[in-house]
Amino acid sequence: MKKIVCIIIAALAVVCAVPAFAAGNISGTVATDGSTSMEKVIGALGEQFEIDNSGVKFTYNPTGSGTGITAVSEGRCDIGLSSRSLKDEEKEKGLTETVVALDGIAVIVNPANPVSDIDLETIAKIYTGEITNWKEVGGEDAEIVLIGREAGSGTRDGFESITNTSEKCAYRQELTSTGDVITTVAGNPSAIGYASLASVKNTVKAISVGGVAPSEETVKDGSYVVQRPFIMVTKADTALSDAAQAFFDWAVSKEAAEIISAAGAVPAAE
Amino acid sequence: MGLITVGFVLLITVYLVISGIPAIGEIGIINFLFGTKWASTASEPSFGILPFILTSIYGTAGAIIIGVPIGFMSSVYLAKMANKKVKTVIENAVSLLAGIPSVVYGLVGMMVLVPGIRKIFHIPDGASLFAAIIVLSVMILPSIIKVSLTALEAVPKDYEDASLALGATPVETYFRVSVPAAKSGIAAAVVLGVGRAIGEAMAVMMVAGNAPNMPSLFGSVRFLTTAVASEMSYSAGLQRQVLFSIALVLFLFIMLINAALNFFLKREKVK
Repeated sequence: MKKIVCIIIAALAVVCAVPAFAAGNISGTVATDGSTSMEKVIGALGEQFEIDNSGVKFTYNPTGSGTGITAVSEGRCDIGLSSRSLKDEEKEKGLTETVVALDGIAVIVNPANPVSDIDLETIAKIYTGEITNWKEVGGEDAEIVLIGREAGSGTRDGFESITNTSEKCAYRQELTSTGDVITTVAGNPSAIGYASLASVKNTVKAISVGGVAPSEETVKDGSYVVQRPFIMVTKADTALSDAAQAFFDWAVSKEAAEIISAAGAVPAAE
Repeated sequence: MGLITVGFVLLITVYLVISGIPAIGEIGIINFLFGTKWASTASEPSFGILPFILTSIYGTAGAIIIGVPIGFMSSVYLAKMANKKVKTVIENAVSLLAGIPSVVYGLVGMMVLVPGIRKIFHIPDGASLFAAIIVLSVMILPSIIKVSLTALEAVPKDYEDASLALGATPVETYFRVSVPAAKSGIAAAVVLGVGRAIGEAMAVMMVAGNAPNMPSLFGSVRFLTTAVASEMSYSAGLQRQVLFSIALVLFLFIMLINAALNFFLKREKVK
C-alpha cells in the first residue's frame, strides 16, 4: 500500500516538474464564449493554436450564441462565437462579425426512398407533422418516420431554426449522435433525418433542397439553404489583445481551413 | 481499503442530493414528478418526468415478465436435470452473456431487433418500448440464472431424497420441494434483475427512440437513465440541474431495490 502511494507521488512529481517550454512568440490568454454548435470547430482550432503557441492559454465557454454575443459586447471575453448572423441592433452596438466557417446540414433519407428533392417549406411541414406520408411528397405509401437529435444539440438547433420549426418538431426518435441518426435512417426505408454534411456517408441519401444538392461548393456559394454561418464576433472600436488577434487572423487563414474541415464544417477561407 | 468504497458511496450520495435538490425546489416537486410534458430547451421549458418514471417502471416490469420465467426455468433445469456436459456448456454461455458490454447489446438491438420489429409488426419504426423490453430481458438473464442456480444447488440433498422416497416424481420434487426451499435466493435473483434493468442506459438508449412520450408498447419512449444520458452533454443551467434531479430519483429507486435485496438475503440467513 505504502509503496503504491510512493510510486504515485513520485509519478506526480515527475509530471509536475516537466517545465513548460515557452517557445511560442506570443503569450497571453484567448477567451472565447458562445455557440455550443461550434464546440468541435473551435475546440480543434484552440487545441492546435495552443500547440503552435505554447505561451497562449485558450479558453472556450460553451454558453450559446446569444450569451456569447452579450459577453463580447460587455467585454467579458475576447471573441464571441455565434452560429447565426448578427442582428441589426447588435451591429448597431458596435459589434462586427467575421465568418470563420459554414455549417451545412444535410437532410437524409434511406437510399431505397425514391424521393430525392424536397423544398424547405415541405421539410418544415414534414417535421411539424403536417405531412405524415411519403406519398404526399412523391414517394411510396408509407408513414414518415422523423429522426432527430436530442434537445440542446447544435445540429438540431441549427436545423430547427433554418426550417423555422423550433419546438414544433414531432420526432419519432431523438438520438444522441450523428452516427446514430445515420445508422437509423440507413436501416429504415421510411425514415428522414438530418446530420452535419461532413459526416454523411453513402449508406444514406442526402436529398437536394429546392433543387440544390448539398456539397461543399453549394454550401459555400449559399445556394444550398440548410446551412448557417459560424461567426466570430468582435467589438469594432476595441483592439484585440495580441494573442486574441493572432488567433483571430490564424482562424480565418488558409492554414486553419484544414482543421475546420476535419472538424466537420466548411471553412470560409478561400 | 473497505473505507474507500464507503467513502465513494457517501460522496456520490451527498453530491447527488446537493446537486439534485435545488432544481426540484425551483420546479416544485409535484410538477417535477407528475408533470407529463418534457421540453427542456423550449423558450418556456417544462420539466415533467412522469413519462420517464412510468417508462422505467413499465420497461423493467416487462423485462421481468419475459426474463424471469425463462431464467427461472433454465436454472431449475441446470441445477437438477441437465447432465454434466450440457450444464458446463450452458453455464459458460450464461457467463459469457453476462460479460457482453451493454453497448454491444444496444448495437445488436439497433441493427437487428429494431428493423425486425418494424417488419414483423408492420409499424413505421421499430424503436420502441417493446424493443427495450426485449433487450433488457436478455440482459437480466445471466444474473437471474446464476443467483437462482446457486440457491437451488444449496438445497440439502436430504430434502429431495425424502420427497423421492415418499413417492413424488422427480419433477414434483423439484418444483414442490427444491424451489420452495430456495425461494429467498430466487427472490434475490429477481430483485437483482430488476436492479440491472432499471439502471441500464446505453443499450436502452440505442433501441428505445428517446422521444419523451408517455409510454406505449410500440411507441418511442425515454427512460430515466436515458433522459440523463442523452441531454447531459449539451445541457446548461436549470436543464443540467434537472438532469441531476432525475439521477437522484433514479438513485432512490435503486436504493429501494437494494433494500429489498438485503431484506431477502437477511431472511435467508435467519433461516
